[in-house]
Amino acid sequence: MTAAASRDVVVTGLGATTPLGGDVPSTWSAALAGESGARTMDNDWAEKYGIPVTFAATIKVKPEDVLPRPEIKRMDPSTQYAMIAAREAWQDAGAPEVDGERLGAVVSSGIGGIWTTLDGWDTLRERGARRVLPMTVPMLMPNSPVAYVSLEFGAQAGAHSLVSACASGAEAIGYGIDMIRAGRADVVVCGGTEATIHPMPIAAFAASRTLSLRNDDPAGASRPYDVDRDGFVIGEGAAVVVLESAEHAAARNARVYARLAGVGLSSDAYHITSPDPDGKGQVAAMRRALADADATGADVVHVNAHATSTKVGDLTETRSIRSLLGADADHVQLSATKSMTGHLLGGAGALETLFTVKAVHERLAPPTINVVNPDPELQVPLVRDTPSALPDGDVVAINNSFGFGGHNVALAVANA
Amino acid sequence: MAHTASEILEGLAEIVAEETGLPTDAVVAEKSFTDDLDIDSLSMMTIVTHAEDKFGVRIPDDEVKNLATVGDAVKYIEGAQA
Repeated sequence: MTAAASRDVVVTGLGATTPLGGDVPSTWSAALAGESGARTMDNDWAEKYGIPVTFAATIKVKPEDVLPRPEIKRMDPSTQYAMIAAREAWQDAGAPEVDGERLGAVVSSGIGGIWTTLDGWDTLRERGARRVLPMTVPMLMPNSPVAYVSLEFGAQAGAHSLVSACASGAEAIGYGIDMIRAGRADVVVCGGTEATIHPMPIAAFAASRTLSLRNDDPAGASRPYDVDRDGFVIGEGAAVVVLESAEHAAARNARVYARLAGVGLSSDAYHITSPDPDGKGQVAAMRRALADADATGADVVHVNAHATSTKVGDLTETRSIRSLLGADADHVQLSATKSMTGHLLGGAGALETLFTVKAVHERLAPPTINVVNPDPELQVPLVRDTPSALPDGDVVAINNSFGFGGHNVALAVANA
Repeated sequence: MAHTASEILEGLAEIVAEETGLPTDAVVAEKSFTDDLDIDSLSMMTIVTHAEDKFGVRIPDDEVKNLATVGDAVKYIEGAQA
C-alpha cells in the first residue's frame, strides 16, 4: 500500500431520516423518483402568530414512532433525528468492531436544540423556575446530538460539533476525514442534523425574506434554477455517514460505497448572509477539495449543488463552478436535491454528501424537480426531473455546502 | 383533593416509567431509585418536578436525598398534601 493510500478515507455506512423517508433506502428511492417532501403544516401558526409560510419539508417518519419513550423525553428533536440516522449508519456499516479510543464522532447542528430552548423559556414565563426541567441544558446544547452518538457507540477518540450554519453537516464530515488522516481515529461517525420547524425560527427566516411563500403549492415551492424561484423551503432531519480508514475497512472486509477523497474549506469574509457575488470563496473551497483529492476538473462528473432556491445564491454557485472548471463544467451533471428535500440547514451538508456518495456508488445523479423554465443564466448542465447515469471508470463528484456567515465547504467524493 | 397512597404509587410509577422506560409494575414501594431503578440525579430531579406537578406538592431539594425508595417518596408526598 502506498503512503497516499494508507490515509484514504472510505464510506462504509449510511443513515438518514428526512422529509422523504425514515431511512436511506426510502429517502434515496423517493429522491430518484423526484418526490417532494414539502407539505402543508398541521398547525395554527399562521392564524395564531401571523406567520406568512404555512408549509415545510417536515420529517416523514416521526421519531415517536421509532424511538423508545424515554429517549423522546430526554432528547431534543435534533438529537432524536441524529440518533435515528446514526443507528442506521452504524448497522449499515456492519456494526464495526473498533476500540473505543479509535472511534470518533462528529455531528453538527446549525442551530442547536431550539425546541428545548424555547419550550424552557415558555415554561419559565408561564409556570416559574421550579417547572423548568433539569434535563433542559443537556437537551438544548448544540453538542447534544454528538454527545448522545458518542455514548451510543462508545466513541472515545473525540466527539465534536463544528457549527457553520448550513455548511455544518458537510464541515462535520470534513472534520471526520481529517481525524482519520491525522491518525486520531480509524472510524468516525459523522453527519448533521436539524429540527427547526418551530414558529420562531420560521418567523425569523420569513422576516429575512429568504423563505418561499408558495403556500398554495408546497411541492412546487423549492425550485432551484427555475426562473420563478422565490426562496427556500425549510426542512428538517439528519444524515450520518460512517467514515473509516481504507486499511481498517479492508481488514474487516467492509462494503465500501465510495472514497471521501478531498476536503476544501474557505470563508468569504464578505457579508454576514450574502455570498460574495464573485464566488471567490466558493471557488477556493472547490479548488482545494479537488487538489486535496489529487483530481482535476477533467475528473468531475457530478456536483450536488448547495442551491437553496434563492434568486441570488443559486446563480452565484453555478458561476463559481463554471469559473473553476471552465470547459470541464460541460461534462458536470448538476443536481439540486433541495428541490425535493427542502433545506435541512445544519443537516443539509450531510444529507447532500450522502446523496453524492450514493450517486457515485450507483452511477446515478438524482434529479432536480420543479425546473419548468430554467434560468437562462444557469451555466452548468442540470439533471432535471429524472435521474441521469454517470460515466463508468474513475470519477469525482463534489458536494457543495455554504452557510450564513460566509462558510464554504466542498467535499470531493471518488469511486472506491 | 388528597390522593391515597395507592393513587400516589400508581401516579409515581407512571412518571418513573415515562422517564426510564421501565414497566410501571417494576416501580414498587421497596425499590431503591438509585440501586434498583438506576435513576441518576438529573432523572431524579425530573421525576420530582413531574411529581410536584401531578400531586400539587412541594418537595424541597433537601428532602430529595432522603427519598431512597419509591415507598419513601409515596410517604413524603402523602404527608405533604395536607
